[in-house]
Amino acid sequence: MRIECPQCGARDVREFTYLGAAVLADRPDADATTEAWQDYVHLRDNPAGPHDELWHHAMGCSAWLRVRRNTLTHEILTVTMAQEDRT
Amino acid sequence: MGYSGFKVFWEGLRGNTGWKPVWRDPAPKPHYDVIIIGGGGHGLTTAYYLAKNHGITNVAVLERGYLGGGNVGRNTTIVRANYLLPGNSEFYSHSLKLWEGMEQELNYNTMMSQRGVLNLAHSDGQMDAFARRGNQMLIQGDDAELLDADGVRAHAPFLNFKSQRFPIRGGLLHRRGGTARHDAVAWGYARGADRMGVDLIQNCEVTGFRIENGKVRGVETSRGYIGAGKVGMAVAGRTGQVAAMAGLRLPIESHVLQAFVSEGLKPIIPGVVTFGMGHFYISQSDKGGLVFGGDLDFYNSYAARGNLPMLEHVMEAGMAMVPMIGNARMLRGWGGIMDMSMDGSPIIDRTPIDGLFLNGGWCYGGFKATPGSGWCFAHLLATGEYHKAATRFRLNRFETGHVLDEEGTGARPNKH
Ligand SMILES: Cc1cc2nc3c(=O)[nH]c(=O)nc-3n(C[C@H](O)[C@H](O)[C@H](O)COP(=O)(O)OP(=O)(O)OC[C@H]3O[C@@H](n4cnc5c(N)ncnc54)[C@H](O)[C@@H]3O)c2cc1C
Ligand SMILES: [Zn+2]
Repeated sequence: MRIECPQCGARDVREFTYLGAAVLADRPDADATTEAWQDYVHLRDNPAGPHDELWHHAMGCSAWLRVRRNTLTHEILTVTMAQEDRT
Repeated sequence: MGYSGFKVFWEGLRGNTGWKPVWRDPAPKPHYDVIIIGGGGHGLTTAYYLAKNHGITNVAVLERGYLGGGNVGRNTTIVRANYLLPGNSEFYSHSLKLWEGMEQELNYNTMMSQRGVLNLAHSDGQMDAFARRGNQMLIQGDDAELLDADGVRAHAPFLNFKSQRFPIRGGLLHRRGGTARHDAVAWGYARGADRMGVDLIQNCEVTGFRIENGKVRGVETSRGYIGAGKVGMAVAGRTGQVAAMAGLRLPIESHVLQAFVSEGLKPIIPGVVTFGMGHFYISQSDKGGLVFGGDLDFYNSYAARGNLPMLEHVMEAGMAMVPMIGNARMLRGWGGIMDMSMDGSPIIDRTPIDGLFLNGGWCYGGFKATPGSGWCFAHLLATGEYHKAATRFRLNRFETGHVLDEEGTGARPNKH
């Protein structure tokens, strides 16, 4: 697998660390309901196909990336900066 | 047809012309008392124990491919009961006892080989942790021996005792652990279930559920609608996908785990040796192949193959701790899809949908669970009560905080 980092270009997957589903970037407010927190911490869509996820370019520019990747084929579909994506 | 040494001898004389197909190939009936989705190890044992322990024989196992074509035929066959946490400990202990009686129970050679599982320790802290784990295993009634470095050397002299980074301080030896022939486990339980009247229906993919007023009525399949009183899911890596068809969102992610095998060699590895610090474990199959593996690839996947970085990592860790394997040629590598739960422990429970039950989240370790899982899931399906060995594998434990996080890594499925 190679991930096209917006800052560094296409780099080998060895340079990146995987965090998990991109929903992890949408943390509920501290006073959100237990259901909202249960949903955020534990429940996942777990799709067989395109999946939005967070990767850290730890051995590169150190940016957090939001990667859309097909879990059936490992094909990388899109890569954006996680931060830009949130604003 | 019963199997025996005499039968093998007799068939040898007759050119092996007397063997018959071991199970029927029935067409689906319109309705069953219980439908089990998934013809892997857990689905087959569940059907077997529904019939055997509870007299429920109007049962179908629906398998989208062929029996035993999933993870039950892709794993590295390690069987053990060396868990720490109450909840896991009594369950795997129960399961190991079933392994020990399996061949007699099934009249089938599952090649259960109890040659021990040795976990290596490299620091004082790890030795203390193993002492604690070993005590828990003894309290559970299972076996554990804490070995010092000389004990490890006597058991596995070929290890790298000169490693600077990971000096071998000792290890935890679980002698009743070992390996079994994975395919034979699936085939043995399939044959046993079929003989008691269970319909094993292959090439039958479940594509949807029929749910009315919060109760499951049956399943849509590639071979038409089939009605059911109760439905149990036992689809391993596909748990999230199948549950989603019933509108459920689960604390599970699917990940790929790789394994590798070398050419056949003379017996050299006693039982299983794990080098946890390097993410490596090894055993030797009855055919002589060295069977080894490591960690997940760490990212979500439904592709039954992994990537090169993990393969290289496993080889490097193997060379670091068992240098002699460098002389062997690797023949094959493959991947299987694991249903990784958020705390690394499984789920055997009912779901919010009446009549729909869930067996999943088996992570790395569902093979050793095979008989115990079927036993406890059948108990729940038949009686509506949790079996005493599986009271804590609850679906709501994540909300209530009763997680079973054996590794202590938090809600990170790729870390378990
Ligand atoms: C490389 C590797 C090594 C492993 N090593 C070990 C080990 O050493 N020890 C250990 O204890 N565990 C190990 N495991 C884990 C173990 O193999 C699994 O946890 C266990 O096999 C899962 O249960 P199962 O046998 O029922 O799964 P499976 O055999 O995968 O059965 C699930 C079945 O469900 C079917 N299915 C899926 N969707 C549908 C549908 N919609 N309709 C109908 N059928 C469907 C699938 O085709 C499949 O046959 C390993 C796994 C892997 C991948
Ligand atoms: Zn970068």
